[in-house]
Amino acid sequence: METYILYGVTFILFILSALKDKKKTKMSLKKAWKAFENILPEFLVVLLLLGVMLAVLEPAVISKIIGAESGWRGTILAALVGSIVLIPGFVAFPTADLLLQGGAGLVQIGAFVSTLMMVGIVTFPVEIKYFGKKTSILRNGLGFLFSFLVAGIIGIVVR
Amino acid sequence: MKKLLKRYRVFLLSVAIFAVLIMMNRDLGIKALGISAYSFREMLLVVPPVFVLLGLLDVWVPRETMIKYMGEDSGFKGTLLAFILGSAAAGPLYGAFPIAAVFMKKGVKFSNVLIFIGAWATTKIPMLLFEIAALGTQFAFTRLIVNIPGILIIAYIITKFVSKKEVEEMYAAAAKMTE
Repeated sequence: METYILYGVTFILFILSALKDKKKTKMSLKKAWKAFENILPEFLVVLLLLGVMLAVLEPAVISKIIGAESGWRGTILAALVGSIVLIPGFVAFPTADLLLQGGAGLVQIGAFVSTLMMVGIVTFPVEIKYFGKKTSILRNGLGFLFSFLVAGIIGIVVR
Repeated sequence: MKKLLKRYRVFLLSVAIFAVLIMMNRDLGIKALGISAYSFREMLLVVPPVFVLLGLLDVWVPRETMIKYMGEDSGFKGTLLAFILGSAAAGPLYGAFPIAAVFMKKGVKFSNVLIFIGAWATTKIPMLLFEIAALGTQFAFTRLIVNIPGILIIAYIITKFVSKKEVEEMYAAAAKMTE
């Protein structure tokens, strides 16, 4: 559904742009292509990494690692697993639900969901290209630490 | 040709590692290949509109406008706008980075760029609906409420650690990407 909205909005704006100024619109497409071509090698690397990571880390495997009784160790592992993989929300959340039903703990799932969103080791090559090493490491590192706070609070609040 | 090879060398290396994986563990390798192909399809679906939007943004929105609303002196208004733009976004986080680059090119304040990325990652509204459906309202809202200050804190800490010169270098590199 997200994708339809994205296409709809883009299409409308593009038509408006074309109606107003053909030359500028053409230029915008050229820039779009240039920006895409620029990052394509990194994108392709991310896709390959993603395939390997997700093939190894099946929900059954994750569930086993981060059970409700797995405590701190499980929470850290959950955060690590969440940091590696990058899955779109409409897959990630039902997966998290499955993991919960499969015996994963709520705190662990909190850490998993949070790092899933904030930390991306697989997308690192793309991020570095735009933000450089330092900012990327800081952003991901801080996101990782912050996820434990999120997990802790979810563990206290959610019943 | 040589330049092309250099740009794609990490990709070629990954392909080689992939080939080794398939030879060593056929089942796992094929499965990984399937997932990569699936993700590639998904990327092809999301990427065109993101980059077309980025192109339109670059061409139509003048630098002065971006500076006025989200630049150095934009204050609370700029922060709020960064939050809203990031939260209204669709698509995976890797789509946010190229757009952030155009923001940098247009003179958006560094902390606002970071807030935009943070919001895109964690407070996206379409994603929140999925989260509520899968994990419940309590879980989703608790996470959201904790994440909002989190985004601000993380952005603040990063701006303290990254020097002005480093930010300038980043902005110069970003400007080149769509030239």
